[in-house]
Amino acid sequence: MEEVGFYSDKVIRLLEELRINVFDIIRVRRVDGLEVEGLLLPRPQYGDPDVLIIKLKNGYNIGVSVDQIEYIKKIGTHLHKPSPRKIIHKPVTEKRVFIVGTGGTIASRIDYMTGAVYPKFSPEDIYELIPEIREIATIETIQLYNIFSEDMTPENWSKIAELVAELLQSDIEGVVIAHGTDTMGYTAAALSFALCNLNSPVILVGAQRSSDRPSTDTALNLISSLVVATKAPFAEVVITMHASVEDNYAVVHRGTRARKMHTSRRDAFRSINSPPLAIVKDRELKLLVDEYKPRGGEGPLLINKFDDKVALIKFYPGMDPELIDILVDKGYHGIVIEGTGLGHVRGPLVKSIERGVEEGIAVVMASQCIWGRVNLNVYRRGVELLRAGVIPVGDMLAETAFVKLMWVLAQTRDLKEVRKKMLTCYAYEISERSLYEYYPPVLHFAP
Amino acid sequence: MELDYQKLGLKVGLEFHQMLDTKGKLFCSCPTKISKEKASLKLLRYLRPAQSELGEVDPAAQFEYERKRTFIYEYSPQWACLVELDEEPPHDLDREALRIALTIALMLGSKPVDEVQVMRKIVIDGSNTTGFQRTALIAIGGSIRVDGKEIPIQTICLEEDAARIIDVRGDLVNYRLDRLGIPLIEIATAPVINSPEEAELVALRIGQLLRITGMVKRGLGTIRQDLNVSIKEGAKIEIKGVQKLELISKVIKYEVLRQYNLLKIRDELRKRGINKEDLEENIVDVTEHFQDTNCRVIKKVLKRNGRVLAIKLKGFKGLLGLEIQPKRRFGTELADYARAWTGIGGIFHSDELPAYGITEEEVLKVNKALDLEEYDAFVLIAGPPERCRRALEIILERAKAALNGVPEETRGPNPDGTTHYTRPRPGAARMYPETDIRPVRITKEMLEEIKSKLPEPPEKKYERFIKEYRLGEELARKMLRSYYLDLFERIVEECRVSPRLVASVLEDVMKGLRREGVPVEELEDKTIVDVFKALSEGKMSKEAIPEVLRYLAENRDKGVEDALRDLGVKVLSLEELDKIILRILQENTDLIKRKRERAFSPLMGLIMREVRGKVDGRIVSERLKEKLSEILSQL
Repeated sequence: MEEVGFYSDKVIRLLEELRINVFDIIRVRRVDGLEVEGLLLPRPQYGDPDVLIIKLKNGYNIGVSVDQIEYIKKIGTHLHKPSPRKIIHKPVTEKRVFIVGTGGTIASRIDYMTGAVYPKFSPEDIYELIPEIREIATIETIQLYNIFSEDMTPENWSKIAELVAELLQSDIEGVVIAHGTDTMGYTAAALSFALCNLNSPVILVGAQRSSDRPSTDTALNLISSLVVATKAPFAEVVITMHASVEDNYAVVHRGTRARKMHTSRRDAFRSINSPPLAIVKDRELKLLVDEYKPRGGEGPLLINKFDDKVALIKFYPGMDPELIDILVDKGYHGIVIEGTGLGHVRGPLVKSIERGVEEGIAVVMASQCIWGRVNLNVYRRGVELLRAGVIPVGDMLAETAFVKLMWVLAQTRDLKEVRKKMLTCYAYEISERSLYEYYPPVLHFAP
Repeated sequence: MELDYQKLGLKVGLEFHQMLDTKGKLFCSCPTKISKEKASLKLLRYLRPAQSELGEVDPAAQFEYERKRTFIYEYSPQWACLVELDEEPPHDLDREALRIALTIALMLGSKPVDEVQVMRKIVIDGSNTTGFQRTALIAIGGSIRVDGKEIPIQTICLEEDAARIIDVRGDLVNYRLDRLGIPLIEIATAPVINSPEEAELVALRIGQLLRITGMVKRGLGTIRQDLNVSIKEGAKIEIKGVQKLELISKVIKYEVLRQYNLLKIRDELRKRGINKEDLEENIVDVTEHFQDTNCRVIKKVLKRNGRVLAIKLKGFKGLLGLEIQPKRRFGTELADYARAWTGIGGIFHSDELPAYGITEEEVLKVNKALDLEEYDAFVLIAGPPERCRRALEIILERAKAALNGVPEETRGPNPDGTTHYTRPRPGAARMYPETDIRPVRITKEMLEEIKSKLPEPPEKKYERFIKEYRLGEELARKMLRSYYLDLFERIVEECRVSPRLVASVLEDVMKGLRREGVPVEELEDKTIVDVFKALSEGKMSKEAIPEVLRYLAENRDKGVEDALRDLGVKVLSLEELDKIILRILQENTDLIKRKRERAFSPLMGLIMREVRGKVDGRIVSERLKEKLSEILSQL
């Protein structure tokens, strides 16, 4: 038996006994006289494993408990026969863009017979789902991974960077990377550091509503990403996603400055402590900044090693200093602390941090406020932390600081060098000016 | 014309949609209220049809996609949250709604499934922000008895209501999110109904059963019926969204008439020897013949550089002008198709010309340009050339379908009971699981508990109304059918007032007020209850009820106290009443001496003449009886 999913042993034994497979058409009669006919479906991970899921002819799925069944009989079987595509859609532009898949789905098809959703990733599939793309770019696709974004590791970042660097050797306008949104910010930061001297833009794109839904945000996000790939004057690693909850324009965030700020909204990504790079509307790109790395650099220099002995921890009231000690004792090379406010932790932690630094561990301070910059000169605790050897990273995002520290530590363990590199701006991840406009207003409407 | 429904093989199935009166929506905790307030945000969205693994796109989805419409959603925190905006995954299936659905299922003898699986039904007309409607099958089978006939129930589903359409301007459709997500129960009967009248009775009976639960919403738009109508050799036509009960039998009558006439057209075309090959796509640009036209529609189009396109319909002469429903010709049917698919107006056909400023001469020129023969007809469209071409292609397709009689389609009701084409019938291929919502196991314990609290069946209620409430047979029957059935029981329970009075106010007084144009449907239940409370507390008399209700219906922000004050509804204190009674008794001592107890009636008349409207007659009668017997005992 195949693909039965998560039915209980009891159900599986019963089905084996009766030689019934999933996707067979069965007739079931319950002891109370209810009789139905339909397609037996596999049991997903959730729900009662003793309940059969049956897809009725009217399209509805229902659950029938095997404990209630008087008889069950196979009356036929369903063969999955995907039909060939009728129309082949051809692009009408010469501009080439690569799309690298890492997980999630850009395009998918629903098998209404079974209710299953099949991911599709060929250019033809994508043209079919979003025909407008044919007027923007000729796309080629590579499925590198198929993993949840929360399963992404620094090793994956290195591989993605390597592939992108290789793709950018050929005659293409840019590379689009389809990525789950949860850790897209981390990957974007990693690529921003790993790919130096870019010649073309690298765009990460995702969706907050999956592509099997008519309301998916994939379409606008992908169209906009391809507009960036083909029209942007800059060659940076960026994230392109919905600018609002509407389907009218997208916004381009710098890879080192973007953060997922909402669990579910289409416009979940925000640029923190920095303006977005550009907006894309009606297939046109409008720059929002004056300074950027222009297209046409000599091509990527790959520095794609990340030291995975780095921890990102969030300070909280009453935090046990042992948590720092453990990391030090475990041989970690770096710790990024999300401190409170301007960059603080409670007194008892200072000593543990001090010991860490003495043992050659880089301790970096960012703020859990998210907006604003850290400053360890204002309060006494800050001064103590500075004296302990903490590296405050200004207006850098904690997550970006974490990725950057991994990248820096893979190059040097010399703490002086580490400090210098952490405070050097490589990809617009740190700046000296904080502007009023960077922080969103409290109220939608002024009183 | 009287049609013999039995001979025509009429089969009707009803799909009853009723809003449930839950606190929250089916998949979030927003209030379940339709709102008149201004939206605080309007947002723009597009929808794309989901691709099917079978390579086929659903005809209804394709239809919507071809229209390339833009949707504007009206949002306010008063009535929607991120769930309705499709910006947050749905929450768990509302347990209150499920309970109500199961209650109704058990009342109908329907058998609940063991595990409820929520599905996504693809609907991309914009009425759902997600592009699908969430729906779950709750129970199968059961029946309802109507006039001695068993009407089987096929399925009972629980689904979310769609967003409310506010207006359509070209390709821009404006929806409001207040209604989106309100739980609906859908009850589908088997197609065993054989006459329009029977359909109305079934609807009435199901409506009554739902109201008996006291768990459903009341008011316009809270009930919608879909009618599946077919006759022998005709086709299954789905008429969606009939809101008024009174319209059901009319809609069915007119639909039968339409199918009957379409079959006549088919027969005539066959007699004329027309087949599919005769209907070729020979669209001709006839703009040149209308350069100096007096037709205002065409003139306007030409000014905007539009074109006039025409197509020949071989063998259709006389048929386009044939009336298939009152005031709706076969030509109207073709125009409906073109309008629905392409949004184009300005359609003329040869059976109605010359007219609308188009001259005989122009008609002859078109005839010549299209090479028309004796039995041929033409259709003419003015507008942007690409749209006109597509519209004529659609019209040709519809004309071809006429050769087979009645095409399957979804139609919408017009206010007069006729119907118009809305879209092709969706295929079965449009449901897949809603993976964001966990299935709900329906346990034995759950069902036992619901069973133990099932609402009283109508027969029992009827008996109780007569025995306990002393309503009388006619009033009891009326109340059982009443729109206010649940409210009636609530008032009788909560207020110390005569059930007869409550019944007659809810039935007769309300009806009277409605007839006078008072918007009584605006009255909230609580307001009506308050009126009866005021009555039972002696703050007003029953005579003042109509005026107070009128005032409250017309001033929705005011309460009963305001009504009593503003209307100057005066009530006598018991002391004042006693004074009046004593005075009248003193003035009529002769009468009392002469008639003793029988003086009560004339005395009551005299007193009521003074206090009518200021105090309840029941109280007057009580006090008078007391005072009279005191006096009689002293005599």
